Amino acid sequence: MSESFTKGMARNIYYGGSIFFFLIFLALTYHTTKEMPKRDHRENITESVARGKALWEKNDCIGCHTLLGEGAYFAPELGNVYKRRGGAQGFKPFFNAWIKSQPLNIPGRRQMPNFHLNDQEIDDLAEFLKWTSEMNNNNWPPNIEG
Amino acid sequence: MNTLKYQSQAVAKPYFIFALILFVGQILFGLLMGLQYVVGDIVGMLIPFNVARMVHTNLLIVWLLFGFMGSAYYLVPEEAETELYSPKLAIALFWIFAAAGVLTILGYLLVPYSTLADITFNELWPTMGREFLEQPTITKLGIVIVCLGFLFNLGMTILKGRKTAINMVLITGLIGLAVFFLFSFYNPTNLALDKYFWWFVVHLWVEGVWELIMGAILAFVLIKVTGVDREVIEKWLYVIIAMALITGILGTGHHFYWLMTPEYWQWIGSIFSAMEPLPFFAMVLYAFNMVNRRRREHPNKAATLWALGTAVMAFLGAGVWGFLHTLSFVNYYTHGTQITAAHGHMAFYGAYAMIVMTIISYAMPKIRGIGEANCNKAQVWEMWGFWLMTVAMVFITLFLTGAGILQVWLQRLPESGEALSFMATQDKLAIFYWLREIAGVVFLLGLIAYLTSFFITDKKATA
Ligand code: HEM
Ligand code: HEM
Ligand SMILES: [Fe+2]
Repeated sequence: MSESFTKGMARNIYYGGSIFFFLIFLALTYHTTKEMPKRDHRENITESVARGKALWEKNDCIGCHTLLGEGAYFAPELGNVYKRRGGAQGFKPFFNAWIKSQPLNIPGRRQMPNFHLNDQEIDDLAEFLKWTSEMNNNNWPPNIEG
Repeated sequence: MNTLKYQSQAVAKPYFIFALILFVGQILFGLLMGLQYVVGDIVGMLIPFNVARMVHTNLLIVWLLFGFMGSAYYLVPEEAETELYSPKLAIALFWIFAAAGVLTILGYLLVPYSTLADITFNELWPTMGREFLEQPTITKLGIVIVCLGFLFNLGMTILKGRKTAINMVLITGLIGLAVFFLFSFYNPTNLALDKYFWWFVVHLWVEGVWELIMGAILAFVLIKVTGVDREVIEKWLYVIIAMALITGILGTGHHFYWLMTPEYWQWIGSIFSAMEPLPFFAMVLYAFNMVNRRRREHPNKAATLWALGTAVMAFLGAGVWGFLHTLSFVNYYTHGTQITAAHGHMAFYGAYAMIVMTIISYAMPKIRGIGEANCNKAQVWEMWGFWLMTVAMVFITLFLTGAGILQVWLQRLPESGEALSFMATQDKLAIFYWLREIAGVVFLLGLIAYLTSFFITDKKATA
């Protein structure tokens, strides 16, 4: 680097630049949180959805699955599983049977544990996944397989 | 022989040793998961994949934190030209942090996660069950307390001593680390908000404040091993971290594409994150430049190798592999695939695992009273460790990238109805996962060679 560009100049760019862009980031974050209600449909977060999210966390589902593309890559995407597995008609019966039949014990296949959930809890999780699938996340994933 | 400038620098030793022990645990659980990927359940559901994963990633984060703390305890007194404010506090915090860490990992392994949530009263303040932030709330509080004590100790040391640019950048990075960790306590019921602010911990750590920590440690080691003028090195340091924050803060937008956010993030995230490789590239130029302009031949060749290696690997893992999937129209297809895993591995290893090993390499011979450097034989073992681990990581990354490209091709690109399901796709990727596991075993061999180097002494020299 040339001699005329001094350490003091570099330091000023560091302080000025990072503070400037951090403020922009904060402003955009503020704006984004104001826009979010239109997209996340928070008016549909029922007690059941809230309990479902707590169960999702309590059993660390994210440790195998992705949810909207974030999480682990060991097991299928669940942000759109409600749509993939039957939607309004078919999802709840499918989901209840699925959770109860774990582990499948197919040799050589990746295993999902049994979390010993009751029907109410399974229903709460289903409601959480339904609400999640209905948020507007800019049309991801590209197809139903997630 | 006493080779420390300030005796209190020795408190770094338990931090470094414990970090490396946790590193071994991290790799063993990585290998377990690598097997679960291809043969399913191998330990009778005793350690389900999600448990192995949280052990693997939490051990990684915790050993890096131990490494950063050790680095700071070593580097800050030397830069400030004064003894550490309180070595006793540093040792006490070491034991508190180590105990909390071990208990948490045992909790993951010994009881079902839901039981751990119950016995730690997660429902009072739910923060568990989110990727990387799986720790019970009380462990998180413990981490905050340890960080506060640590920052207090360093702050007092810097206040009474010389305030060099390296010290100021390092402490800013460490304060930022603690501040952004506070977002881990925010877990609203609304998943949209939860996810948005989760990135304030994850992204603003690795692509923000941790880069300051890396830059400061690299600058310190380069001054020591090359003898190049401090003014020059510190000027580079400011340029690098300026680029890091100017691009990295708004670069957070590359995680907002598929959340419940306005479209402008597609542009802001793509443009700013596309420039994030710049600071990493600058680190490569700078490290090689300084080593070429060296004014002394430092006997610790291994430390110089680590310093150059971390710059190159961070550029490849974070810069090149990050750029690969950061533009929103690419990320639409690659989001949450094995490509993400490939990038995560090389970036974490290249930038943060390697920078910690860089300063360990430089500092440990001095802390142990061996001198400026280990004997030649020990350095040869260490360099074998360097090459085996680094080359293995390159291959792990390449195999996961191969898996990821095929995954996108089979599962993401075709229309609904034609695309292969997730599980069917995974079956087709098995060969890549087997190769990744083999590379993982080589990585473990490299780690063993590296650790062996600490036990090799030159009999002739000491006699
Ligand atoms: C023997 C070598 C290793 C093996 C076999 C291995 C294997 C794995 C596996 C299977 C996962 C889970 C992927 C998933 O979610 O499906 C994982 C995650 C992860 N590993 Fe490793 N690992 C190894 C070494 C390392 C090293 C050396 C580092 C860093 C220094 C590392 C950092 C990570 C990170 C950051 C994640 C989370 C990735 C993400 O969320 O995208 N691993 N690893
Ligand atoms: C040393 C610095 C970096 C580290 C340690 C790192 C690590 C990671 C990890 C672990 C993830 C996965 C997070 C998850 O589990 O969801 C990730 C995601 C990502 N990183 Fe980085 N990263 C670094 C730098 C960069 C840079 C410089 C870029 C861009 C040029 C970048 C672009 C991305 C993108 C686009 C994703 C999202 C992938 C997806 O959509 O699934 N990263 N990074
Ligand atoms: Fe990021």
